[in-house]
Amino acid sequence: MTATIRLQREPFDAAAEAAELRRGRTDIGAVVTFTGVCRAQEDGAPLVAMTLEHYPGMAEAEVCRHVEAAEQRWPLLGITVIHRYGRLVPGEEIVLVVTAAAHRQDAFAAAEFLMDYLKTRAPFWKQVEYADRAQWVDAKSSDDALADRWKRPGGGREAAE
Amino acid sequence: MKLRYFAWVRERIGKPEEEIEPPAGIATVADLINWLSRRGEEYAHAFENPKVIRAAIDRAHVKADSAISGAREIAFFPPMTGG
Repeated sequence: MTATIRLQREPFDAAAEAAELRRGRTDIGAVVTFTGVCRAQEDGAPLVAMTLEHYPGMAEAEVCRHVEAAEQRWPLLGITVIHRYGRLVPGEEIVLVVTAAAHRQDAFAAAEFLMDYLKTRAPFWKQVEYADRAQWVDAKSSDDALADRWKRPGGGREAAE
Repeated sequence: MKLRYFAWVRERIGKPEEEIEPPAGIATVADLINWLSRRGEEYAHAFENPKVIRAAIDRAHVKADSAISGAREIAFFPPMTGG
């Protein structure tokens, strides 16, 4: 299986990454592309920017571990994960997950699984900047619950099917 | 060993990393947090609620009761908010 993992400051081109994943292949029947985008509002307050701090070395390792877990769990034909760090303004892309499989159920489920784990286990921290202050984003218990569902027998099925 | 701090833990302590040699008897991550909290106000502030602090040893997540012997790098940070 092809796996591409990149952490970068620069923007990415989601369409180009998805095209690259299936270039020259005819075994892929489903490609799911998820892009996380920086919103212009957080809890109703206008946001100037968002800065992502990460733990270099561990962040790559943690993303790799979850990509490997996804490969073991679903019959995937390709995965691309790109996570940006640094200062982003509203409208900019934050994260990209592309999963490819023969059938859509596997591609959808693996993309959700990867996003749920990226949110709660990959060492990234968001700080949002308002006109008059900066504030670290609190982790949401709803995100922990979404990640935990994959640990249950048949995990994630209720959401993925 | 090297300690690394991220996000508001880093801001409260006032530095991104430091070299420390904890005294004998500091066996677990929880012991280390407890010992660090007594090093000064900035540490006490960073670790005031140990339940929310996450830790990694040599770049892998660990729990508070994990042993620290042999660790080269221990990181402390708040719950993650990536994605």
